[in-house]
Amino acid sequence: MTNTSRTKPLHAGTQAPDFALPSGPSSEFRLSEHRGKPVILVFYPADWSPVCGDELALFNEILPEFERYEAQLVAISVDGVWCHQAYKSARHLNYTLLSDFEPKGEVSRAYGVYRAQDGFSERALFVLDRDGVIHWSYVSPVDVNPGAEGILQALDELSPSVHAEATS
Amino acid sequence: MSRLTRPLGEKDHIIGPRDAPVTLVEYGDYECPHCGKAYPIVEAVRHRMRDTLRFAYRHFPLTQIHPHAYHAAEMAEAAGTLGKFWEMHSLLYQNQDALEADNLIEYAERIGISSQRASEVLENNLFDAAVREQFMSGVRSGVNGTPTFFINGVRHDGAWDEESLLLALQQAEMAGHTG
Repeated sequence: MTNTSRTKPLHAGTQAPDFALPSGPSSEFRLSEHRGKPVILVFYPADWSPVCGDELALFNEILPEFERYEAQLVAISVDGVWCHQAYKSARHLNYTLLSDFEPKGEVSRAYGVYRAQDGFSERALFVLDRDGVIHWSYVSPVDVNPGAEGILQALDELSPSVHAEATS
Repeated sequence: MSRLTRPLGEKDHIIGPRDAPVTLVEYGDYECPHCGKAYPIVEAVRHRMRDTLRFAYRHFPLTQIHPHAYHAAEMAEAAGTLGKFWEMHSLLYQNQDALEADNLIEYAERIGISSQRASEVLENNLFDAAVREQFMSGVRSGVNGTPTFFINGVRHDGAWDEESLLLALQQAEMAGHTG
């Protein structure tokens, strides 16, 4: 019974399902418009929750590093656009927060990381390659900040030349 | 299990016996209240294991939420060039609520850095590369917040109140003896 609401996260090698989600009160982010560069999808349970705050603050800090790989990071939760707007401004977040709000959790379900029993998403990371194929994915225990080393390793694999530059 | 990817080297700030069986590395942020809480704990543990523990500190400033942390870290690096890193480190943690540029310059003067030099450090971000390098070494090692501790190279995910930290360090010492 406990497993009925569990789904499996999409694995490496899978084409990432396309989606369009509100990125603000009057703007939208469509995944398929971002081919040609790596995309990092950060699913997290909720704005304002303690671990999420640390995780998003850390990614905020590492943003310049992600940019060296020309990677775009977007974070996704079931919170609405106004909630995201307040959260983003309070925490000085410099990247886009998407609202998987209506139908609730639809995108999170498509990626296999929705916690139906809780009504929010797993703490999950996906790195997509330039063709929109999942290169790496990871689901962290919901109360553990996954950090960024996995994302950076995946980006290294997608852009070995950037990595070489960083370590030389 | 996350591990320290950059071993300790010449550039690190290390205190304690060189041949100590246990090494504790902290990634910290001078403006972070949790790191402020950890400071006296680390001091106490260092005292209790003074013959067997060496301690190294690396910067992990979260600048978007702690606007003074980066400058504070740079000033600690500046002090380090005079062999006074630990004096500055203590001053910063003992004055976490006063880390404005004027305060940092005053602390610098207290340990023998001229106010002109201290101003230059801040205005020209003279130690930017060092701070950034330490931060990235933390990112690559799985630092996911501050403070993050590594004991003999392995990330310590357990509690870090004085007794818990001491126990973890002593266990590492024992493991070293048997292994």
